[in-house]
Amino acid sequence: MENLVSIGIRSIFVDNMIFAYFLGMCSYLAVSKKVKTAFGLGLAVVFVLGVTIPINWLIQNYILNQGALTWVSADFASVDLSFLQFIVFIAVIAAMVQLTEMAVEKFSPALYGSLGIFLPLIAVNCAILGGSLFMVGRPYNLGEATVYGLGSGIGWLLAIVALAGVREKMKYSNVPGPLRGLGITFILVGLMSLGFLSFLGFSI
Amino acid sequence: MSAAVAEVVEKKSEPLFSKKNRKLISNPLDIDNPITVQVLGVCSALAVTTQMKPALVMSVALMVVTASSNVIISIMRNTIPSRIRIIVQLAVVATWVIMVDQLLKAYVYDVWKQLSVFVGLIITNCIVMGRLEAFAMGNKPGPSLLDGIGNGLGYGLILLIVGFFRELLGGGSIFGFKVFEAMGLHYTGNGLMLLPAGACVIVGIVIWVQRSINGHRETH
Repeated sequence: MENLVSIGIRSIFVDNMIFAYFLGMCSYLAVSKKVKTAFGLGLAVVFVLGVTIPINWLIQNYILNQGALTWVSADFASVDLSFLQFIVFIAVIAAMVQLTEMAVEKFSPALYGSLGIFLPLIAVNCAILGGSLFMVGRPYNLGEATVYGLGSGIGWLLAIVALAGVREKMKYSNVPGPLRGLGITFILVGLMSLGFLSFLGFSI
Repeated sequence: MSAAVAEVVEKKSEPLFSKKNRKLISNPLDIDNPITVQVLGVCSALAVTTQMKPALVMSVALMVVTASSNVIISIMRNTIPSRIRIIVQLAVVATWVIMVDQLLKAYVYDVWKQLSVFVGLIITNCIVMGRLEAFAMGNKPGPSLLDGIGNGLGYGLILLIVGFFRELLGGGSIFGFKVFEAMGLHYTGNGLMLLPAGACVIVGIVIWVQRSINGHRETH
């Protein structure tokens, strides 16, 4: 249990998807103009990360790894399918995003309306694929992988809502012309990332 | 992301280095740069630029993937049903990325180790998807190839500029060559440049300089 809490805290603050690994930067910069839309996209990312990472964990450990197929037959002990990792993971992500979209549309039309185009676009958000690839590189079990997925998503949500808040205020500042828009946003992200550095070495 | 879509409708065959085709290569280097103007592919641009060598390898890998998947999608563009085009594009891109990944692993293992997940993340790199959607779906294979190469070069240019400053200021070297020690000076690396924060600030400044020169402005 302590282990799970520690992984959760680490993935939210220390190994933050945005500030430590720059994953999901494209939509992070494009959708952070308003707090409300940023929050909607952030929630969708939390959900998709929390669902795809455990699924990809199961696929990696029961199908792709060397010797993982022994549950089918002992003859497969030497089969190593890990080179198929990328294409299988991206297929799972695309399928899950599609399923999520259909489920949300059926059960909560209001949420579906507010998320709009962002839901399908999550399939090509690098934070999702990156989360799965990092998970494979670490010795997590199924529970830890799920917590890691949810934690990374919450970290991403935190980062995008924070940036959207700052950018809303930024409208009233007198920024030099060429720096306006994208330029100053990058510098803001840099400063926020410095702030998040203070969580480094933080453990429970 | 707005001014990105270049409309090229070809009526008749034209020479390879016609003005229009040269523009396909030169525009992404400056006024239509994938990173600083279209805001595509930012994640990897920040993550792999602590040194110049991985930045160079990453740029070449991305250029190969963009150019070749542009060509394949452009050849298939009239037969892909539009409802499932995203998954078709992802499948083509993922195939190329697997090939590039295996090649890098075989020939430049140390750099491959350093790039870690970022080679795999070329699949979701928005430059590749963005160019497939905006260009290859509506143009012939020839111009699509040039467009892919041009955007790969534009991406590489920014990566090398950012990598140059980060490696020089952060570690005092260029491509692993200790510049300051060769000149007989002592240099203590500035750790900030190696951190994510340094990368963001440098990209911000690159954008500032580029927009001061070419006059591009954003309202907010």
